[in-house]
Amino acid sequence: MTGESPLGYNQARWTDDEDTYEPLLSEKNTESVAVDSALPDDLTRDSLELPNLSEPELARHYTRLSEMNYGVESGPFPLGSCTMKYNPKFTEDVAAVADASVHPDRSEQSTQGTLELQYELQQYLGKIGGMDAVTLQPPAGAAGEFAGILIANAYHESRDDDRSEVLIPDSAHGTNFASAAMAGYDVVTLPSGEDGRVDLDALAAALSEDTAALMLTNPNTLGLFERDITEISEMVHDVGGLLYYDGANLNALLGHGRPGDMGFDIMHYNVHKTFATPHGGGGPGAGPVGVVEELAEFLPDPHVRESDDGYELYAPENSIGKVHGYQGNWLVAVKAYAYIARLGDEGLADASAKAVLNANYLAEMVDYEVPFGPFHHEFVASAGEQDAADVAKRMLDYGVHPPTTKWPEIVGEALMTEPTEIENKRTLDQLAAAFNAARADDIETLEAAPERTAARRIDQVSAARDPRLSWQALDEA
Amino acid sequence: MTANGSPYAPHTPAETEAMLSAVGVDREEALFDIPDDVRFDGEFGIDARSERATRELVEDTLAKNDDLVEFLGRGHYDHYVPSMVDHLSARSEFLTSYTQYQPEVAQGFLQALFEYQSMLVELTGLSVANCSMYDAATALGEAATLAVRVRETSGDRIVVPETLSAGRRGTLENYIAGHDITIDTYPMDDGNVDREVLAESVDEETLLVYAENPTVRGTIEEGLGAVGELADDNDALFVLGSDPVALALLQEPASVGADVVVGDAATLGLPSAYGMGLGIFACREEFLRQVPGRLVGASEDTTGHRAYTLTLQTREQHIRRERATSNICTNQAWVALRTAMHVAWLGPDGLLDLAEDCVTLARDLADRLNDIRGVKAPVHDRHHFREFVVRTDQPASAVAADLESAGYAVHVVGEHELQVCVTETNGRKIDGFVAAFEEAAR
Repeated sequence: MTGESPLGYNQARWTDDEDTYEPLLSEKNTESVAVDSALPDDLTRDSLELPNLSEPELARHYTRLSEMNYGVESGPFPLGSCTMKYNPKFTEDVAAVADASVHPDRSEQSTQGTLELQYELQQYLGKIGGMDAVTLQPPAGAAGEFAGILIANAYHESRDDDRSEVLIPDSAHGTNFASAAMAGYDVVTLPSGEDGRVDLDALAAALSEDTAALMLTNPNTLGLFERDITEISEMVHDVGGLLYYDGANLNALLGHGRPGDMGFDIMHYNVHKTFATPHGGGGPGAGPVGVVEELAEFLPDPHVRESDDGYELYAPENSIGKVHGYQGNWLVAVKAYAYIARLGDEGLADASAKAVLNANYLAEMVDYEVPFGPFHHEFVASAGEQDAADVAKRMLDYGVHPPTTKWPEIVGEALMTEPTEIENKRTLDQLAAAFNAARADDIETLEAAPERTAARRIDQVSAARDPRLSWQALDEA
Repeated sequence: MTANGSPYAPHTPAETEAMLSAVGVDREEALFDIPDDVRFDGEFGIDARSERATRELVEDTLAKNDDLVEFLGRGHYDHYVPSMVDHLSARSEFLTSYTQYQPEVAQGFLQALFEYQSMLVELTGLSVANCSMYDAATALGEAATLAVRVRETSGDRIVVPETLSAGRRGTLENYIAGHDITIDTYPMDDGNVDREVLAESVDEETLLVYAENPTVRGTIEEGLGAVGELADDNDALFVLGSDPVALALLQEPASVGADVVVGDAATLGLPSAYGMGLGIFACREEFLRQVPGRLVGASEDTTGHRAYTLTLQTREQHIRRERATSNICTNQAWVALRTAMHVAWLGPDGLLDLAEDCVTLARDLADRLNDIRGVKAPVHDRHHFREFVVRTDQPASAVAADLESAGYAVHVVGEHELQVCVTETNGRKIDGFVAAFEEAAR
């Protein structure tokens, strides 16, 4: 049996006659140039070999490549925990303003505009998260986690309090575990309770005087709000630990709840998710970190504050130092500022309201089993007897980017789905139809998918077994 | 028509009604499973604005920056970015896509990243390059943790130049925070590595030796092969910092024994961007399974056609969690795309010409400043790349302040030392700069 979806999709596939794929730049034309320099020969290389193509040829190459790629503007992109929202066009123009692009070593006096915008974004983010102070330095969410855990570490050290463990629920983002380990902590994984939320008994058993912090996202990756958050906060604080908020799912809370009000001491914001800056195929993002007053003295250096005649940079008293060479991904921060300033209170709250409505509506419309609930911005369906990865490949044929698959592992064959606020009912119905068509597809059809994309199913195993990571490596083969 | 607070939520009132009814509630607020005591009333005090008003707000705020011609470098450089890069990288299929977890619909970005990796392989001479870190500082931090993983010595020392920039030094310190490692510095001799002192400092306890070419003071290193041998003799990792423009011209890192190359590739593809970067990470084949970050590999699809995919993901945080080689998830993929486009646009001749200009423009400007009374340039009797140190009889901070008043920004690097960086983007302002310098140095 084969399912049907109203959305069909045929992605561009560019090939040339001989090779049936769009050739690499190096295959189109490469030239080796002898290096003839004013420098002594022993300081320079002998030759340089690179593609040599005209601008029109390059324009076609990159246009063809773009046509073999799927973005938010190509169609629905409900990739769970990634918050793939539409990125307003005007923020690109705002970030392209010449004054946005100054050298990072310019004097404070000559960069008052940059510093003011940084300060204002710090203020915006502080209000949105319920935090007292915010740094913009971390260049991505995981970098923000790392900075946050370093802040927690510096706080405990300042009190001569030696703590070795960070607690993380099993449903958490992989970055939480890696960031805590990078900072030198032992990771203690908390099993989820039967309702998909933090199991208070397991938490009580894991908490001790070794607990430096509990890292939590709320709502969690199952889209569930941790209703016991006040109690969780008290339990963590009672043993002297800090509560860290992973902001990956903040899009579900804007204007409806603030991590600071829930007892979180430290948080990061994924501005490329919540504040609609483009993901750029995997970056650049930005991961500002907010903290409560007591932790402000540990923020990265430099930090921006108001001064008598404008704004100035300073090193917080017990700063953790640096997590980036300069001030992070600044142009991304400019876009986030513009997005927040455009939406204001009502827009931000409505974005979350519609994101939550969309997730609940879609969860209602799909034929797959959706355990747990009620949901906030995302839900995790189970593909059951089907292989979630195969379902995902089939959904590509139905014209939608599939959900995140096989994670979190507490739901078997997980399809983690986050439609965000940017889809209307008609698109959600089409998206549900794609799910349901795949639900009705037989195994052979699923395993043969996708068939309408630029490439058919790709052999991941041999890619890892025999890694070929450059065109030079292809030549050797 | 929509009746929403968010201009980017497309719901009509009728649709919202229908959806609420389908999920069995009468208003959106009822869907929020938040206890009353931690609910928020939505009032941040941020006023909504029209798109036009928002643009004007940002433009007016940023316009408070002074209009200075920057002669600044020291690890962050401005080169002309061709229009093609802006226009093609802004195609929404690139700009608004996510990490390529479904490779069948992401062949375009994957191929572009594969091409980026290949360009770094050519420039470094090393066989493996990942498809981006955040910037040079975090790439150096990742190299240090790689050294911890691959070195079998009991050593715990990392050796870096005493002139290492504050941003790189500070980031490195944090990246090794989880390990029992100390950072020692070695001195520089007239701008370059003091190889004699370094030789005394490197021993079997040394995990990693770090050097840069060009150096932070703009000089070109003359004895990197010896540094590489020294590291190798002591079983330490030799990590070299550079950038793709310099690498086009200078000795291939692999030929001087570099095990890892880090640095910033935002020199191509990005404007100054207040320090936004693109971290390079390339290394020898034997460290492949210990590499941080994402790797794109060539494979085949079921029809036997070449296709690209993310590979070796079992190193990454989403699979390996606390045992991952790095915590990096979101990286700088789009900047890598832009850099690859920029390199392709230049081609081998264009990239070499650009690099050669970095030598000759700096040499010519140093000569002109050196003609000014009370000024010596360059301070170091070396070959230079893009930048050089200038000695002034007058206090450097006073000269820099006067220059800023005249519309030019330079670094102050000592009581009587300034640093000046020149590329094609400020090259046509040199006459005015030299005149202002003469005035300020008087």
